[in-house]
Amino acid sequence: MTEQPPQKPAGIFARLARARPTKPGEIYGVPGHGNTLWISACSIAFFFFVWWLVTFMGWVKPLFVPSPATIVAKFVTVWNDGFTGTPFLEHVWISTVRVFGAFLLACVIGLPLGLAMGMSPVMRGIFDPPIEFYRPIPPLAYLPLMIIWFGIGETSKILLIFLSVFAPVVLGARSGVKSAAIEQIHAAYSFGATRWQVMRHVIMPSAMPEILTAMRIGIGFGWTTLVAAEMVASTKGLGYMVLSASQFLQTPVVIMGIFVIAVIAFAFDLFMRFVERRLVPWKGRM
Amino acid sequence: MGLHIEDVSVVYPAADRRPPVEALSRINLKIEDEEFVVALGASGCGKSTLLNLIAGFLSPTSGRLVLDGRQVSSPGADRAVVFQKHALLPWLNVLDNVAFGLEIQGIAKTERYEIANKFLGMLGLDGFQQSPVYKLSGGMQQRVGIARALTCDPRVLLMDEPLGALDALTREKAQELILNIWNDTQKSVFFITHSVEEALFMGTKLVVMSPRPGRITHLFDLPFSRQFLGGTPARQVKASPEFIKLREDVLKIIFADEEAAA
Repeated sequence: MTEQPPQKPAGIFARLARARPTKPGEIYGVPGHGNTLWISACSIAFFFFVWWLVTFMGWVKPLFVPSPATIVAKFVTVWNDGFTGTPFLEHVWISTVRVFGAFLLACVIGLPLGLAMGMSPVMRGIFDPPIEFYRPIPPLAYLPLMIIWFGIGETSKILLIFLSVFAPVVLGARSGVKSAAIEQIHAAYSFGATRWQVMRHVIMPSAMPEILTAMRIGIGFGWTTLVAAEMVASTKGLGYMVLSASQFLQTPVVIMGIFVIAVIAFAFDLFMRFVERRLVPWKGRM
Repeated sequence: MGLHIEDVSVVYPAADRRPPVEALSRINLKIEDEEFVVALGASGCGKSTLLNLIAGFLSPTSGRLVLDGRQVSSPGADRAVVFQKHALLPWLNVLDNVAFGLEIQGIAKTERYEIANKFLGMLGLDGFQQSPVYKLSGGMQQRVGIARALTCDPRVLLMDEPLGALDALTREKAQELILNIWNDTQKSVFFITHSVEEALFMGTKLVVMSPRPGRITHLFDLPFSRQFLGGTPARQVKASPEFIKLREDVLKIIFADEEAAA
C-alpha cells in the first residue's frame, strides 16, 4: 500500500553533513580531528602564488602590492644598510626588548596577582574593578594619557605594552586557580597541609596549563600593541620602521616589517608550545 | 579509643528559594579500632556527608566527632582519605604521588621514598615508580591512591567509593587486596559503597542509611571478610547461603528507600 519514495543518492551536502567514517585507530566523531600540516602548507603556497600572480601580471600597482621578490630584495637591502640610519638588527633588538621586557614584567607582577585574586576574595574585590575597567579599552585610547603622565621616553612605551599583556596574564592565572579538583585539595589537607602548602603543591602546578596559555595570549597582545607604542617619538624599532615607511609610501618595508614581526612572534609561540609539552604533558589527560 | 560520632546532625542552609536540607539527622556511630565499617544506602542518604565530617572537610551543625578522645574539627593526617577519582597529582610520577603526604609532613626524600616503596610493593605497583599516573589504568590509579593514604600511618582510613569506577573483575581483585592490606595494617576503615555485595563482603560492620533526612536505619555485624581472610575463597564466601540471604534482606531495605523517593 505505502509506496516507498525513490531512494535519492546522497547529495554532496548530505555527505558533508555526515561525519567521516574512521580508519582503524581513530575515534568516530571527534570534532576537528585530523592533521593540518599539508593543508596549511598548500594554503600558504596558494597565498604566495596569488600574490605573485597578481604582481607578475601587473593587475595591481607595486605601490599597493609589491611583488614577493621586491620584499626579499628590500629585506636584503635593509639587512645590509639598515633603515633610517639604524642597522636592521638594532630595530629588531629594541622592539624585542620592549615587548619581552613588558611581557616579563607583566608575568612577574601579573601571575602572583592573578593567583592571589583566585585565592582570596579580598584581593579579587580590590583588583577586579580596575582590571576589568581598563581591559577592554584599546591601548591607542589611553596612549595620550601615558604620554602626558610618563613622557615620550621608554617608560610610556613599555608601560603601554605591559598593560596590554597584564590583563590576560592576570585573568589566566586567576582562573587557573580553579583548575585543581577539590579532591586533590582535600587530599593535601588531609595530610595536614597548610594553606601555603596546598597553594604550592596543588594549586600552582594544576594552574600551569592555564598560566602557559595566558602567557601565549598575553605575548600576542604585546606584539599587537608594539606599533602603537612606537608611534610617538621613536627613532628605532620594528613598529617605528613600519609606521615611518608607510608615511613615505615605502610599501615593501611595511610588508617586510610585518613579516619580521610575525616570524618573531610565531617563533616564540612555537617555543611556548614546546615548553607546554615539556612542563604539562598531563594537560587535559586527568 | 576509636572514633565516636555522637548525635551528629548536618543541615545545609536554605538557598535559591529551597528549604534547608537535613543531610544527616542525629547520627550515632562508633568505629572501634581495627573495625571495617561499610556505609551503604540510596543516593542522598548522606554517606558522603558523613565521610566528609569524619575527614574534617565539613563541620557538624550539632553533635560532635571524637577520635581517640580528641574532637575532630579539621582535616588531619590521622584520617587518610581515598577518593573515588581525580585525587592524584598528574604532574608527579607514581612514586612522588605516593610520597606526597610524607613530603607535606616535611620528611626527607630518602626516607619518604623508602616508605613509599614499601607501600608500592604492598599494592603490587613495583616497577611503576617512575610512570606518570595519567598513563595508568583506573585500577592502578586507585591502588596508587590507597598506597598514598597508607604512607602516613593514619588511625582511620576513609574510603569514598574507591572502587566505583572500576570494572567488575578489577573491582573484585581490589576488594581482596584492600581486605588483605586492612588485615596487615590493622587500620580502622570507613568505607562507602553503592554495591550491596561489596559492602557485605568487606565490612565487619554494615551501616545502612536512608535519605530525607539522612540517617542510620540498620546496623549489621558481618562475618564474611573474616571468613575470606581465614582462607575461604572470595567466590565461595559470596555464594554461601548466609551471604545471599543477607544480601537479599539489605537489597529489600534499599529498594524500599529508592521507591519511597520515586
